Formats: sequence, structure tokens, C-alpha cells
Amino acid sequence: MRNKPHETEGAIAHRSEGGRNIEYVNALIMLVVGLGIGILAVVVSRILGPKKPSRTKLMAYESGNDPLPGGKERFPVHFYLVAMLFIVFDIETAFFYPIATAFQRVGIFAFWETITFVALLAVGLIYIYRKGVLEWD
Amino acid sequence: MPAWLLDLVWVLVKAVLLAFALLTTFAYMTLIERRLLARMQIRYGPNRVGPMGLLQPLADAIKSIFKEDFRVTAADRIVFTLAPIVAIGMALTAFGAIPAGPANSFFGLNPWVFDLDIGILAVLAITSMGVYGIFLGGWASGSKYPLLGSLRGSAQMISYELGQGLSILGLLMIVGSTNLRQIVDWQGANGILILFQALGFMLFLISSFAETNRTPFDFVEAEQELVAGYLTEYNAIKWALFQMAEYVNMITASAIMATLFFGGWRGPSFLGPIAEIPFVWLILKIALFLFLFIWVRATLPRLRYDQLMRFGWKFVLPLAILNVVATATYLAFVGSSPLWPLGLLGILAVIACIALSDRIRVLVNAPHKTGIQPGVTPTHNKAAGGD
Repeated sequence: MRNKPHETEGAIAHRSEGGRNIEYVNALIMLVVGLGIGILAVVVSRILGPKKPSRTKLMAYESGNDPLPGGKERFPVHFYLVAMLFIVFDIETAFFYPIATAFQRVGIFAFWETITFVALLAVGLIYIYRKGVLEWD
Repeated sequence: MPAWLLDLVWVLVKAVLLAFALLTTFAYMTLIERRLLARMQIRYGPNRVGPMGLLQPLADAIKSIFKEDFRVTAADRIVFTLAPIVAIGMALTAFGAIPAGPANSFFGLNPWVFDLDIGILAVLAITSMGVYGIFLGGWASGSKYPLLGSLRGSAQMISYELGQGLSILGLLMIVGSTNLRQIVDWQGANGILILFQALGFMLFLISSFAETNRTPFDFVEAEQELVAGYLTEYNAIKWALFQMAEYVNMITASAIMATLFFGGWRGPSFLGPIAEIPFVWLILKIALFLFLFIWVRATLPRLRYDQLMRFGWKFVLPLAILNVVATATYLAFVGSSPLWPLGLLGILAVIACIALSDRIRVLVNAPHKTGIQPGVTPTHNKAAGGD
């Protein structure tokens, strides 16, 4: 670590608080409890419920008809487009968060940086808007 | 027993308590929702099982546990079971970050399960993982309607996630921290943030409705269009787990809105010491938002899918970016000492949105002319969910 002697105040404050990283362990515990409740519910229901499967019962829903082979239909490319746009703009959001939290400390410089960044992305948004990517028909 | 282990045990106890509190709230939310919808439609809700129907959730729970839990032949063996577990796990985890009071106010323990410095980011990230539950559930069913429902649902949820993420940026600029406790403390010292970020709150509220799949935006289970969407092939407890996840997400969204924009666990400051009571105010605020969710469900018709996507990309997203730019400009050139002009601007923007709502609807819903001749337009496969 090149910057070791010049650690930020935040890092020092954290160390003096005696390992705040324990909070991540707490989050993990909560996650385990949440998933555990789901698993428990599924297991208990599997044990308690009746088990009388039949061919008709195991048919996928289609008002009594044999449905088409499920999950194999091709769907419009639009969903891919939306997902791609989401990735692009979510990365934008990811870049926004640090500048937002540090905004008042960095001052006017951060402002022009933000404006430049937003302008670049606005061009992208206007482009896809004019291209009609946001249209569904 | 070493001290750190004891700490972890207490956290575990808190986590289990919170999970059961959330599940109980979910159970009674279903009852309250049915009763309230009934009152809004001038009829009685469930009132036979127990006094005032209070045992109805219990009866529902017992029924779904004792039902036969089968999997259709076409379904994927592992993912079909895993999807509801992921959905409920993520939904329950996210709530653990919400602070319900000052430090050590829960019988000497902290009234939250985990308190990360990236607080709100972590909550948004965990709730976003719920998309996986819905999408994988729909896909793993191996059937037509669930697949369509989950596709539409995931596209909708990721679209509105953008608006949700961007609409809180102005707030973060003002507070300068992503830690939920610091956001609450800032509001205790300077006034609740809805006053300064009214536009951000409006966008966050709209996005929350879309994120939790509630009516006007409940496309994943549009029962009149897609049978039950991603839930079509689910039964017994797995179906109940998905319902649980939806309601717990709703409770979490209410708690996030209360924490970010309405001062969290603090009450109105003019009440003096009463405003500092932990838990009560947060629960009141959550109840208020849950009532709003139900009220909207009873009031508004569902949008069409293309309207929903246009609304997300052409209204929520640009307006959220505009909100960020406006807040940034104000903070850079005026500073944060008098914030009320910024707040006034936000409130004016919200009033303008409400006053111009008809005009905005026409603008957003009008398909953009791409300049392509009608004859040249490639035909889409309409049968496979291009609606």
C-alpha cells in the first residue's frame, strides 16, 4: 500500500471502533436465517403434504390441452435490449454513488465532472430514444 | 463463552426475531389487505375464521403447508425449488439493515441486525436479487405463461431499478453518506429529507411500486392476461413463499422510504421527547405506506406493458437524472446552508408533474416516430410476448 502513512480519517476511525467489519458477518447471519426459513418451509411442506401424483396433475397449465413444449419459445429481442441498456445505465449509477457521497467535500470540480458525465450519457439516452429502442409494439 | 461469540449469538437471535416479525406482518398484511379492499368496495372481508377474521392467516398458512407439493413434469428439478427460497431469503435479509432506534435501545442491543457503511446500497443490491427469484421461478416452470410473466417482470424490475437508484442520488449528495443511521441522524438535525427531495421521493415511490410488483405495475402476475404469471405452476408452500417475498419486499420498501425521506425511527421533532421513542414511529410510518400500497391497488387500473416501459425509460429515468443535476447545481453554487430554496424547487416540480399529468401521459405514451416506412418495418413474433 503506497498511501499507508496518509490514510484517510475514516479508515482510522474505523480501526479505532474495533472492527466494524463484523457488521458484514451480521449481514451474512441474516442471509442464512432468511434462506434457512425458506428451506425449512419447503422441507416441512414436502414431509407433511400428501403425495399422489398423476399424469394429468403433472401436466403444465393449458386449460386441459397438452401445452407446447414449455420454455422453448423464442421471445422478442426487446428484452435483451432492455437488459443491455440496464447494464449500461446501472454502471452509470454505480459511478454516480461515490461522487454523490463525496460531492460537498470535492466542491465545484465534482460538479463539472458530474455534468460532463451526465451529458455523455444523455447523448446515449437521446440516441436510443431517437432510434426507437424504447418503443414496444 | 467468549464475548465475540456471545455477540454473534445475540445477532442470530435478533435475526430470527426479525424474520418471524416480518413473516407475522406478512400474514396479517394479507388479512388487512383483504379487509381493507373489502371496505373500499363496501363489503366485508374475511370475518368468519376467528374474531374479525383474525385467524384467517393461520388457516391459510396451515392449508398451504398441508397441500400436496408437486412439480410439473416439464419443470426444472433444482431451480424450481431454489427460486422461491432465493426470493424469500433476499426479501428477509434486506430488512435487517433498517435502524429502528438509536444504538442500544433494544433491551441493551442495537435495534438493527447489521449496519453497513454502504447501507442503502446494500439494501438496494439485496432487494434487486429478488429479480432472480422471479425470473428463475418463471423459467424453471417450463411452461408458457410463467416464462412470459417472468420475462416481462424482470424487464420491468430492472428498468425501474434504474429510476430507484438514481432518484436517491440527490439525497445522498445532501447527506454525504450512504449509511442509513447517518441519514436518519442528519434528518434529526436538519429536518426530514422529503422537504428537500420531493421529486426524488416521488420517483422513488413510483419505482417502489414497480419494484415490488404492485398494481398499477403488477405485470409478473397479471391474472387477466397471463393466468398467474410466474406463479402459474407453483403450489402449496412454494407459492406461499413467493407471496411472502412480495409482501416482505413491500414492507422493506415502506421502511426504506420512511428511513430515507421521513426521518426513520424519529417522530416529528416538535413533540420533544415523544419523538425520540424508538420503534413506534417507524412502525407507524411503515403502516402508513402499506396502507398506501393497498389504497392504490383498490384505485388504479393496471397499465399496458408498453406504457409501463415507456413510463420507466422516458419519464422516471430522465426526471431522476434531472433531479440529480438540479441538486448538484444548487449544492455547487449555493451550498448546503440554506436548503429550503432547493426544497421549494422540488415541491414545485412535483406539483407541476401532478398538474401536467394528463399532458405527460400523452407525451410518454405517444409512440416515437422512427422514420421507418410501415411496409419496411420488420414484423415481430407477436405470439411470444412482444406485447
